[in-house]
Amino acid sequence: MGNVFKGMKPSRRSFLKGAAAGGGVLASASVAMAAGDSAITQIKPWNQELGDGVDVSPYGVPSEFEKHVRRQNVEWLTADPVSSINFTPLHALEGIITPNGLCFERHHSGVAEIDPAEHRLMINGLVEKPLVFTMDDLKRFPRENHVYFLECAANTGMEWRGAQLNGCQFTHGMIHNVMYTGVPLRLILAEAGIKTAGKWLLVEGADAAGMTRSIPMEKALDDCLVAFSMNGEALRPEQGYPLRLVVPGWEGNTWIKWLRRIEVGDQPWHHREETSKYTDLLPNGQARYFTWEMDAKSVITNPSPQAPITHGKGPTVLTGLAWSGRGTIPRVDVTIDGGVNWHKARMDGPSLSKSMHRFYYEFDWDGSPLLLQSRAHDSTGYVQPTKDQLRALRGENSIYHNNGIQTWAINAEGVAENVEIS
Amino acid sequence: MLKFLKLTAVSLCISNPAMADGLGLGRAALPEEVAAWDTDIRPDGAGLPEGRGNVETGEEVFAEACAICHGDFGEAVDRWPVLAGGHDTLSSERPVKTIGSYWPYLSTVFDYIQRAMPFGNARSLSNDDVYAITAYLLYVNDIVDEEFELSHENFMEIPLPNEGGFFFDDRPETELSVFSGEVCMQDCKGAVEITGRALVLDVTPESDEEAPAEQQDAAQTTPAPEPVATLDPALVAAGAKVFKKCKACHQIGEGAKNRSGPQLNGILGRTAGTIDGFRYSKAMTGAGADGLIWNDETLGAFLTKPRAYLKGTKMSFAGLKKPADIEAILVYLQSVME
Repeated sequence: MGNVFKGMKPSRRSFLKGAAAGGGVLASASVAMAAGDSAITQIKPWNQELGDGVDVSPYGVPSEFEKHVRRQNVEWLTADPVSSINFTPLHALEGIITPNGLCFERHHSGVAEIDPAEHRLMINGLVEKPLVFTMDDLKRFPRENHVYFLECAANTGMEWRGAQLNGCQFTHGMIHNVMYTGVPLRLILAEAGIKTAGKWLLVEGADAAGMTRSIPMEKALDDCLVAFSMNGEALRPEQGYPLRLVVPGWEGNTWIKWLRRIEVGDQPWHHREETSKYTDLLPNGQARYFTWEMDAKSVITNPSPQAPITHGKGPTVLTGLAWSGRGTIPRVDVTIDGGVNWHKARMDGPSLSKSMHRFYYEFDWDGSPLLLQSRAHDSTGYVQPTKDQLRALRGENSIYHNNGIQTWAINAEGVAENVEIS
Repeated sequence: MLKFLKLTAVSLCISNPAMADGLGLGRAALPEEVAAWDTDIRPDGAGLPEGRGNVETGEEVFAEACAICHGDFGEAVDRWPVLAGGHDTLSSERPVKTIGSYWPYLSTVFDYIQRAMPFGNARSLSNDDVYAITAYLLYVNDIVDEEFELSHENFMEIPLPNEGGFFFDDRPETELSVFSGEVCMQDCKGAVEITGRALVLDVTPESDEEAPAEQQDAAQTTPAPEPVATLDPALVAAGAKVFKKCKACHQIGEGAKNRSGPQLNGILGRTAGTIDGFRYSKAMTGAGADGLIWNDETLGAFLTKPRAYLKGTKMSFAGLKKPADIEAILVYLQSVME
């Protein structure tokens, strides 16, 4: 079947864009030799005419040429878009920070639109003083800034039984990585005074799903934040405006959005999201629960099915993202021959605990088919397993926590496909 | 887990003196405020309100409030969650995870229904109704018989079959050491073959890059359809906002499909209960057969109190209280004519 690709072939538009950008497409090079590159020899409107003044777009938006960079839903996954998920376009992003408008969304009863003046945070249960805070109250606590990834436990969950979705946006896009500003949860708990029997928290959202999760006290006192900002601005409504819980390194479902209540108790609540969902069913019919930490994982974002190689052979940039819920990523290995030989990738940019890391591997492509994989090592010494290694331990029915190594096959035309290999 | 709880006690001692007196921020939560929000239920029964409901009542309430998504017997419609059956499937190739086959605790069922159901009209059921629905769900899962009544008094006597089916995360013991250590970097394996391909399945959504420019522009503005010029734009906008209450079940505009409720394109002027492919209640098709046509007057009356206007309708929506909301939504529906 080789070159017969249906959905994700490099489009005519992306080829043309590549040519216009002076890439390396032969046709444009020969035109340039014959008559000069029109991008240079012709006067363009933007060389001549006046553009928009300031304030035309008081809240700026990306260039109109970037409209294809957007979150996307996989419609058949869920019954209704109100209780559903979409995906971050990882293949179109650089660095480690996800722009706010591209952070994937997962709602259980749609986006709650909350007037911050009417939002309250209540602390009750096993505390000395049950308290209520307004948003203004919360902004009088000492606050901190931290970059953390948020990954849905179901990220890559559609791939347990084999290669299914063709694009890293769909296989790995239930993740984003932003800088949060918020109050350490331990300061808010200290304000109410935890009774000695208090070992667990129930955290609850104000949306129509009334989302709840049980969080152990040790985590709450360690690094959880009650956050009101992301990447320097207020949380986006779809990310929990005006207040969300940040639970670094733990599955996204615990990061309750629209946070309105924290109850202290002496045991977990075993609510719907930690029993019927977000539990990992094993082949013997038993299920793990409270599988909070996200195992180390990586994915090559370029090239990938939505970002094929369009320039032909020669110098090629391979790049991707890696993260671990247990620390930093000091090392990523990359293979271009399906795992026969591996190369240490070049780590670039900040290396922060429980944050995405960016890696690169630059190579000279000879135009032959490739099998690309990346393998993350985290700061605890854990190495990202293959999908078959995971299946050997967990079977194929656990839905959540699939951090197996991803393979992209690149053909001679540079087209990429999600595959599994021996 | 034990180690973890000990650590908790230690960290509490360390953390508390740091801000022993706190900053004095916030105010005391009043008992009635705590009562308003603290409705959660635990497996040990903590939080259960007083009340009772039997299977028979539960069947009626379920048919009215839940069956539109979950099916009359919890078998589910479309991709909504299946609530019953699935016994002995957990170790099979296709497990069916239901209340009867998978959920460990009945308290989870009660808690979830009272906080999040019915979808799009959460927190609208009485405690007795939640007991009744829970009793009915036990019945359709063959856990109780049809005479059963569930109450705060006997709640703790009903264990779910899969209570013993869960264990605490053991990845630290079973996986972390297996997946740590030296890795091979050179000549790690022989010939490599492709064993599976995503393109064979062909289930990936269309890429936006494939879409022509016009379609991308359209995507920026959907789903708000173009209003008809003669209607008051402010009312149309207000109606679009009110329509959020309906969106959980109804679609409208280009490409609208039947969901839990029928799609609403062109509803004004149409005979009730006549959208192809939607399973209406007998009450709705009967009303259509008797000549009910949706117009400002009839639809306005229906939306004020659906179940009073048309007894037996499946629409579980309580109704729009404000006349201004009804006026706005009628104008909005008018604005989205085909």
